[in-house]
Amino acid sequence: MRGLADSLRGDLLFGALAFALLAAVDLGLGSPGLLDFTIRFATFALLALSLNLLIGVTGLVSFGHAAYFAMGAYAFGLLMQTGAWSIPAALVAALAASALFALVVGALCVRLTEIYFAFLTLAFQMLLHSVILAWIPLTGGDQGLMGGIPKPAFLGIDLARQDHLALFSAFCLIASAVILRQVVRSPFGAALRMLRDNPDRAAFLGLSVFRYRLGAFVIAGTFAGLAGVLMSLYVSGAFPSFAFWTTSGEAIFMIMLGGISVFLGPIVGAALFILLNDRITALTDHHGLYMGAILLVLVLGLRKGLLDFLVEAWRERKERRS
Amino acid sequence: MELNELLDCVSTLSCVVTQVSAGLTIGMLLFLVASGLTLIFGVLGLVNFAHGSFYMVGAYLALAGYGATGSFIVAVAFGALGVAVLGLLCERLLLSRIYGADVLMQLLVCYAIVLILDDVVKIVWGADFLSMGVPDSLRQPPFIVAGGIIPYFYAILFLVTAAIALLLAWGMGRTRFGRTVRAAAVNPAMVAALGVNTTALYAVVFAIGAMLAGAAGALSAPIRSVVPGAGVSILIESFIVTVIGGMGSIGGALAASLIIGLTRSFGSIGFPLFVEGMMFVIMALVLLLKPSGLAGRRGA
Repeated sequence: MRGLADSLRGDLLFGALAFALLAAVDLGLGSPGLLDFTIRFATFALLALSLNLLIGVTGLVSFGHAAYFAMGAYAFGLLMQTGAWSIPAALVAALAASALFALVVGALCVRLTEIYFAFLTLAFQMLLHSVILAWIPLTGGDQGLMGGIPKPAFLGIDLARQDHLALFSAFCLIASAVILRQVVRSPFGAALRMLRDNPDRAAFLGLSVFRYRLGAFVIAGTFAGLAGVLMSLYVSGAFPSFAFWTTSGEAIFMIMLGGISVFLGPIVGAALFILLNDRITALTDHHGLYMGAILLVLVLGLRKGLLDFLVEAWRERKERRS
Repeated sequence: MELNELLDCVSTLSCVVTQVSAGLTIGMLLFLVASGLTLIFGVLGLVNFAHGSFYMVGAYLALAGYGATGSFIVAVAFGALGVAVLGLLCERLLLSRIYGADVLMQLLVCYAIVLILDDVVKIVWGADFLSMGVPDSLRQPPFIVAGGIIPYFYAILFLVTAAIALLLAWGMGRTRFGRTVRAAAVNPAMVAALGVNTTALYAVVFAIGAMLAGAAGALSAPIRSVVPGAGVSILIESFIVTVIGGMGSIGGALAASLIIGLTRSFGSIGFPLFVEGMMFVIMALVLLLKPSGLAGRRGA
């Protein structure tokens, strides 16, 4: 696995550079708006990136990915509110809760493909949503987790400070991106791509389609849970809207904006989506109308994300030259 | 859990009559939505994620029609036909461009339609809950059968939805158009080669499917509150119905709709907080035991 080790070194270097750049810009300018953007960007980029492991790599279109996002947020929020947990311990426990939930739902869902899979994941997400709404003593129902989340400092990191939280979120995003890229490039990732392109052949070769898909589902769910933890740190609470289908829709929207076939596509898409969303919200109340229209133009006109488009154009140009 | 109350209810005839009649009415309304969804899927191979929004628009149009004329019949006709036109526009302008594209494209286009329709409804009718109330002409004393109460309006709803279901069964089973549609579901290329304009056929089928959702929305406007975003829960329910019944099977959808309707009406007595959960449990059981659904043709 020399190739993998080399690529890991390259990814780590790239990740460290990206983090240094983000940190320098954030701390250098130090504007509250920029810090706020960094946290939201890191959260949603992580959500979209984890979802693309299913959509882009494995070929499973999940429309219920926000379920694990909400699971991470609620698990983390509830544990921190007990006052007995430190942030790293609660974070790990929240990831475990998301992973477990993804394992159970995934075991039912990954038997199906295509539209059945999309709707079944959506159905389980809406089940979680209705459980959150109904289980008022635990979750606070439609009010969400109220009363704030205590953020005791650990290792000199005080997440109650906006700048620390921004850097922490950026670190989580970049570390997760490095790990996910290693997953995608590993033999496991190659098997997932084969499942996407030709599941029958994969089955003939003796791969357990079920296990590989379930593995991808759990990994994606776990990283979505991390995004949920960041979200609950950002808003100091957790709300049922995290588990609503629109959150999953937005994550797919981000992937579509940025690009499906390029690893960094979802990250670019998340940045574009947040900028677009803020601009439209500032301009008009009819947010859905404009976002819907943009989505239609994108899907029916371009039929792919921005990075997909650029990478393909670049490849074509290179081919024409040679 | 109030399982004792459920047992009490099941052991008294009057309560059973009341709950069964309510369950059948809810189930038949659900069937109208789900049959539209399954018809579109069976023929066009497209899962119309915007189907719940069509239901919602149907309810709003009925509200407008009722406000303008005071006639419930006009209101339902306005809702159903208005949504048929809306469906036709969506199909011609948007969805027809992505036939044969992957699931992601279908989901995204439908998602965009949902976003736009929710906002349009909000602009026209406002974001608050609206309610139509049972029309005066249909406010009659309830039927009493074996001590059980069947509200007059529920009985009317059941008859109307059953009539629509029979019409649908007759249209699909006995008419030339229905035979052509069924043939197109199996082998569209052959149907096109025999000289049928499949583009127009798809558009009409989509409009009929949308009309069924619109009719259900219009019919249930008097008994449910009408609010933007109301489409999602009915979409999920009718999806559960199509999974339980088997994708593409109208008969399966009927059976599953009635199962869900009865689960809802009896569940509201026995386990009010877990009614939604119960539907998922039933769906999960069907998926595990018979993944293609009760009457499924194609393996999922």
